[in-house]
Amino acid sequence: MKTTFLDFEQPIAELEAKIEELTSMQSNSDPSGDGKGVDLSDEIARLRKKSATLIKETYAKLNAWQISQVARHPQRPYSLDYIREIFTDFNELHGDRYFADDPAIVGGMARLAGEPVMVIGHQKGRDTRERQYRNFGMPRPEGYRKALRLMRLAEKFQLPVFTFIDTPGAYPGIDAEARGQSEAIARNLYVMAELKTPIICTVIGEGGSGGALAIGVGDVVTMLQYATYSVISPEGCASILWKSADKAPLAAETLGITANRLTSLGLVDKVVAEPLGAAHRAPEVMFESLRASLAESLAEVRERSLDVLLNQRFSRLMSYGKFKETRAR
Amino acid sequence: MSWFQKIIPPKIQRRVQAAKKVVPEGLWSKCDSCEEVLYRAELEKNLNVCPKCGHHNRIGARQRLELFLDAGSAQEVGANVLPVDTLKFKDSRKYSERLTEATKEVEESDALLVMQGTLKGQAMVAAAFEFRFMGGSMGSVVGERFARGVSAAMEARAPFVCFAASGGARMQEGLMSLMQMAKTSAALTHLSAYRLPFISVLTDPTMGGVSASFAMLGDVIIAEPNALIGFAGPRVIEQTVREKLPEGFQRSEFLLEHGAVDMIVDRRELRTVIAQLCAQMTHKDAPAA
Repeated sequence: MKTTFLDFEQPIAELEAKIEELTSMQSNSDPSGDGKGVDLSDEIARLRKKSATLIKETYAKLNAWQISQVARHPQRPYSLDYIREIFTDFNELHGDRYFADDPAIVGGMARLAGEPVMVIGHQKGRDTRERQYRNFGMPRPEGYRKALRLMRLAEKFQLPVFTFIDTPGAYPGIDAEARGQSEAIARNLYVMAELKTPIICTVIGEGGSGGALAIGVGDVVTMLQYATYSVISPEGCASILWKSADKAPLAAETLGITANRLTSLGLVDKVVAEPLGAAHRAPEVMFESLRASLAESLAEVRERSLDVLLNQRFSRLMSYGKFKETRAR
Repeated sequence: MSWFQKIIPPKIQRRVQAAKKVVPEGLWSKCDSCEEVLYRAELEKNLNVCPKCGHHNRIGARQRLELFLDAGSAQEVGANVLPVDTLKFKDSRKYSERLTEATKEVEESDALLVMQGTLKGQAMVAAAFEFRFMGGSMGSVVGERFARGVSAAMEARAPFVCFAASGGARMQEGLMSLMQMAKTSAALTHLSAYRLPFISVLTDPTMGGVSASFAMLGDVIIAEPNALIGFAGPRVIEQTVREKLPEGFQRSEFLLEHGAVDMIVDRRELRTVIAQLCAQMTHKDAPAA
């Protein structure tokens, strides 16, 4: 598949176009394949190297706004990609048992390195039709209630839960409100705080606000290098506080939504490095490093007894927040 | 300045302004709903409920709690927890400036006030959002005071009541504010383990991250009449679905109809109803009327 280039990747795009041009020139000039055509392979190799360097340089100094575009890249691997590549024997389970099945959240049982687990994730769509079907990864209450049901199931059968976060946010729609979007999110926060089985959360793309957090409370919170996690989208924040969506780059910077920034604030435990030029350029490399990270996290939480696990999870939740304390009055 | 103020000598003008300060918002107040001009003292005596049309005008957190708990019983919890600007957040203005200004204007140090006291003789911890403090937005201080309120309730073996009035999470604290949703919800799991009631009272408005966390986790959820309650704001929804929102959408009555709240209670009845519910859940004798 051809790579889709982001705005800030235009120099890379031009270089890649040139490489492609030369490659096709080379094969056209030598249709018989007898080696009598023009030899451009040195030039192509030189440009390939240059392109790799350019990608490396560009990605070494991405700002928060650029990272948020990478996090939303249309070719970025989605939850089902990770689930299918990292886990085996995935059986998808559907529906909240009350109202409907929400395709914006997927989940089911699977195995990680042979061990049975529960996986749950937001799911975005690849093409226009699927995007619509998945509602752009924006769940309705039934999606969160399906996730809740699967978590309860995991608790009952002592399966560790892996969640994959990738959503612009919970769906802001009339039907979603009528069916209790707030309650659905709130209930998940409550249950995840006390669920008697390990929970390992990974932000793989966009961590959009309450809709992300609703499957994001756990024992280990991991972010991929170019994922973002924010209380509000940079565009939303800009239009409220700066009264102009054009200020989104500034808002992205100010909100501190990147993996590195959130790690330094103590809100994220681990950052998994992405391959050169982000996950979509070499998905199989990404799958492999995330697989290793998840296995390691599982081994870590497995060492804790259930009491210790729950106490640590609770203390961690209670430790969230920065304030000053004067002497009690 | 009116023509009359213009003609009075400067010396008297100063005195007029000084006298004004004593009653900063005037003696009279207009009901937000029926626009009836009301005598402020009388409106306050009526808990800011319009005596004419019954509209529930917003009420400050301190006034709310002092009138809710038994007279003279209230003691503040977590007043020493104060906000800091960790991100050095600056939009059109600095977050630190907004904090200073809100503190001065509202005379509260953040958007949540917690009091411990009694309600018709029963031990009780109650929290109330101050909507005038940055739209009642939930940041680290709100989360911490909420958690301390829950701890105080557990220590005193008392029910916990929270009056929500908030636009949601406080953007100026970034992801830290989102995490307050998880923190407050988690705190309630411990209250629950003690079999202590949590009563959530939703007042106008209860939106976003506050609505999508502890506010919807009450053992009993009460709404004041005609309060705006929801996850996404009406404007965001309108922009997303590109259709007009139905009449009364996201109002208390809509939520009751859809099964999201237990009951709608007039502010003037809240003391009685909450005292009865708490006594029932904790197996105490019926409170005196």
